[in-house]
Amino acid sequence: MTILRAKGYDWRSTAFHAVTLAATALIVLAVIVIIGDIVWHGAKQVSWHFVTGGTKEGMFDAKTAGVFPMIFGTLALVLLMTVGVVPVGVITAVYLTEYAKSLSPITRIIRSAINNLAGVPSIVFGLFGLGFFVQFVGGGLDQMFYGGELHYRKPALIWAAATMAIMTLPVVIVATEEALRAVPNGLREASLALGATKLKTIWKIVLPEALPGVLTGAILAVGRGAGEVAPIMFTGAAYYLAHLPTNWTDQFMHLGYHVFVLSTQSPDIERTKPILYGSVLVLLLVTFLLNLTGVLVRAKIRSRLRHG
Amino acid sequence: MDKPIIQITDANFWYGAKQALFDVNVSIMPHQTTAFIGPSGCGKSTLLRCLNRMNDLILGTRVTGRIAFNDHDVNAPDVDVIELRKQIGMVFQKSNPFPKSVFDNVAYGLRIQGMTDKTELETRVVKSLKKAALWEEVKDRLHESALMMSGGQQQRLCIARAIAVEPEIILMDEPCSALDPTATAKIEELIQDLEKDYTIIIVTHNMQQAARCSDYTAFFYLGRLIEFDATNKIFTNPTNKQTEDYVTGRFG
Repeated sequence: MTILRAKGYDWRSTAFHAVTLAATALIVLAVIVIIGDIVWHGAKQVSWHFVTGGTKEGMFDAKTAGVFPMIFGTLALVLLMTVGVVPVGVITAVYLTEYAKSLSPITRIIRSAINNLAGVPSIVFGLFGLGFFVQFVGGGLDQMFYGGELHYRKPALIWAAATMAIMTLPVVIVATEEALRAVPNGLREASLALGATKLKTIWKIVLPEALPGVLTGAILAVGRGAGEVAPIMFTGAAYYLAHLPTNWTDQFMHLGYHVFVLSTQSPDIERTKPILYGSVLVLLLVTFLLNLTGVLVRAKIRSRLRHG
Repeated sequence: MDKPIIQITDANFWYGAKQALFDVNVSIMPHQTTAFIGPSGCGKSTLLRCLNRMNDLILGTRVTGRIAFNDHDVNAPDVDVIELRKQIGMVFQKSNPFPKSVFDNVAYGLRIQGMTDKTELETRVVKSLKKAALWEEVKDRLHESALMMSGGQQQRLCIARAIAVEPEIILMDEPCSALDPTATAKIEELIQDLEKDYTIIIVTHNMQQAARCSDYTAFFYLGRLIEFDATNKIFTNPTNKQTEDYVTGRFG
């Protein structure tokens, strides 16, 4: 029975197994350290007062400072951004998968443009937003409707949201395209063979079936949009505001930008450290809750698709 | 003898540079079942999809010759392809119910035509499900997802869905190739019932199926129509040697 005897210890397999394990352990460790550190230091700061309070008594005092205006601004920004990015992204994806000839050079150029857009550093989007939305579009609106009086040619919630929407557009397009491609062709054929127009087929069959994938795109966009600071620095986020924004032309405070401000502008870094940790923890929680909402909505739609 | 409902004259068809049909001539008689048979790649499905212009969806296809439906060329520029497909329904090889309820599947074709009246929709859905011999099995679960049904039921649902818009012709592209023998038998039985109200053209790989449920059979080979005759004749006394070899299972 010589066949059954092992040819010696296979140390290569064991070593490789260990390497894969170590690589995974590295990322797990990093996550634990980051989250652990933030929760450990931040939990002490996060209280009802911190979450609902403002900065009336000074923004650098750990005892009195709150982050409600920043939570409000972050949510408003994300909401406006989503309202802008999802329709535009979905319509673009519909064009690319349902109408464009997939092998034509123009389609290929559009696709690579979208991929390149995803790779542009976020600070570039910030400057683009300042130049295009604030100066050009905002300035144009003021010229056209207000006789040059200053209404739109300034950093504002709407311009920050627009900039963020442009930045997250590729995410929504790519996710939607994937979802549209996953819709079986048989469903399109069945609909067309019943005498449905292409428009009706897309609207009644293809898009509803792709909806969970569209939501995945929206969730990813929200995740990115809630945390990015660079695109909104020049286009709408404010260092300090006494009041909440009431109009989309107002500036706003933002959790991510607040973290940046606290860590670079504070007169006494040790005193502001608890607020810094608290703000980061709240930012993580807000992002997590936004994602959770998206995931739950998606699960609900999925089960409705499956069970009629 | 009746006038043919479909008259195919010198049909040629290309996928890009590759020719798939060569000078095909076939007449389809109303209220008869015609089977298209032949080995894979012989052009039978291609011809079927020319009839309701499903090939329009594939880039770079080209068709010449005349395919007349009730004396009107389906490829004529004045033809509304949407209208054409309402009159020539189709059932596909892989059953493709929409991820909707049984009811909504059958009602789909009616709704996109603008039918909104609830009782009218209900009447038509019930009638179609009965015609497709599915009513008894689904009457208590009309609002459950169609995806929960068995493969054979799904295929009969697709037939009901096609029937609902009241076409004149139903095209069936290998409707049983993914089904077990019991489900297949049910569909074959159904085809014979449907013949009263519709003209059926069925593409099949299954010789016995063609023999059992069709009145006419067209045998294709390499894009050419080899023989077209009464099914009886094709299976018992074919004129052509290739036809004989194929139907007796010597090649294909």
